[in-house]
Amino acid sequence: MSSPALREAEPSAGTARETAPGPGRRRRIAMVPTVTLLLGALYCLLPVAWVVIASTKSGAELFSTFTFWPGTGFADNVSDLNAYRDGVYWRWMGNSALYAVLGALLSTCVSAFSGYALAVYRFRGRETLFNVLLAGVLMPPVILAIPQYLLLAKADLTDSYLSVLLPQILSPYGVYLARIYAAAAVPADVVEAGRMDGAGEWRIFSRVALPMMVPGLVTVFLFQFVAIWNNFLLPYIMLSDDEKFPITLGLHTLLEQGANTPALYTLVITGAFLAVFPLVALFLVVQRFWSLDLLSGAVKS
Amino acid sequence: MKLPARRTSYGVKGAPYTFLIPATLLFLLFFALPIGYAVWLSFRKVRVSGLGLGAGAREEVWAGLENYTGALSDSELLNGALRVLGYGCIVVPVMLGLALLFALMLDSEKVRLAPFTRLAIFLPYAVPGVVAALLWGFLYLPDVSPFYFVLDRLGLPQPDLLDGGPLYLALSNIAVWGGTGFNMIVIYTALRAIPAEVYEAAKLDGATPLQTALRIKIPMVAPSLVLTFFFSIIATLQVFSEPTTLKPLTNSVATTWSPLMKVYQDAFGKGDIHAAAAQATLIALATLVLSFGFLRAANRRNKQEAAR
Repeated sequence: MSSPALREAEPSAGTARETAPGPGRRRRIAMVPTVTLLLGALYCLLPVAWVVIASTKSGAELFSTFTFWPGTGFADNVSDLNAYRDGVYWRWMGNSALYAVLGALLSTCVSAFSGYALAVYRFRGRETLFNVLLAGVLMPPVILAIPQYLLLAKADLTDSYLSVLLPQILSPYGVYLARIYAAAAVPADVVEAGRMDGAGEWRIFSRVALPMMVPGLVTVFLFQFVAIWNNFLLPYIMLSDDEKFPITLGLHTLLEQGANTPALYTLVITGAFLAVFPLVALFLVVQRFWSLDLLSGAVKS
Repeated sequence: MKLPARRTSYGVKGAPYTFLIPATLLFLLFFALPIGYAVWLSFRKVRVSGLGLGAGAREEVWAGLENYTGALSDSELLNGALRVLGYGCIVVPVMLGLALLFALMLDSEKVRLAPFTRLAIFLPYAVPGVVAALLWGFLYLPDVSPFYFVLDRLGLPQPDLLDGGPLYLALSNIAVWGGTGFNMIVIYTALRAIPAEVYEAAKLDGATPLQTALRIKIPMVAPSLVLTFFFSIIATLQVFSEPTTLKPLTNSVATTWSPLMKVYQDAFGKGDIHAAAAQATLIALATLVLSFGFLRAANRRNKQEAAR
């Protein structure tokens, strides 16, 4: 991209701004950073903009009209998608929502329990346990997923909702975030005061500590939600019945069939657009609740 | 922190273990057991006696290191590893370079439209890898792509993006597109945490924004850079869904393009779970060695800098 050139131009622009605030610079916008960021935003929005426009095109328009010129077939595309195999597309969306909401909820609970225990208590084996849980991050998913599949096959659980849900409940990253957040947000004296009042450990956790941990747990939930919604590999390995597919796997199979029949292209494109839409909307709504600071472990205590 | 748990009742002592039961159970069932099982399988093989018919004709026997020597001399696996290495050499520097550049730009003074651009650059994180590969895959297709349209109008040559060398760039671009925003936010958050006093001295010395960025900001966010590097390496070695999604659009992505695809292919395509288990174990080991090696090197450098 054009960034190296822009970066070289920066010092001169900077000094000009400090020393000579001429009439042209009255509004004092830092041009180099602004333009660089706009180019970055353009790059990131380009495929999204394309899919929005491409989903409005009919099959013929897709190959004949200019790419960024909207077409006239959006309603037809959506009804084609609805009709495709009796609306299996919406079933995939429903499955994705089920996996992501339920999985993220359970994952947040497990992370909250573990994070709280690891942050608030001193006990034998604490650091060992934490490190062992964290090491799970390093395991390539396919390396886990294949033996998971073989083991679940022995329990006769493959090709079921549980086979996709269960392996994704424990998230090492979620435990890590919950621990950092609990350590910063739950003061030791508050826990101690609860004990003085004669409250049991569970009561202290559920009534006192949990409300304090909510902002951190929202972040854990959203991360896990996105991770499960975006997961492709695990359902790809576990499932064969396409009634149970999440949307990622569904679109993949649709593309595989569509590769030989360009008539299905519009279906894939419309499907991709509608699949991106809910998550982007969710992002725009919740981004203010999302403490991204947690990402780098930067919690002010 | 104080030590609240010591003198109190029996219930307190047991409490942390109780809280950790779900995580421990899940870890044992879905991490430890599968890994142990994979390692066990990697030392086994199926021996077929006679014609391979009947109940006792196929039995599992000890294989020693046979599967491992097989994996290490498997040229397809090694080629896959080289392909992913080449891919990683493009993805990691470009993605983190852009992430750092954008984070510094967001952090600079008097930048306009920062909330909008920050959100826009972060947005691809919400797009599943499969869908990202699908979107870009279409943008790489000459019939549909606006790039080819522009190239065509300008009379420029139109490269085949889904073959040979450009395929690496095409795949790398998908990863860079999807990962830059997330890493940018991590670095940006670290930049925001730098106390304002640090900049005062630099300003008094008349440092330019570029000098401030190079001499102060980048060294101060070094821990975040190490973290993002670490996670990027792991993610790159595990590339699977993007090439798998592009496969229907081109003939040049083999079913064994990346090592993990090869593992998948051996396990489910060929049904040789023992060879697949050995390859998987090797990849896990390589990941561990690479990532810890990197962390140790980064730590050593930090210590040297601190000693200076």
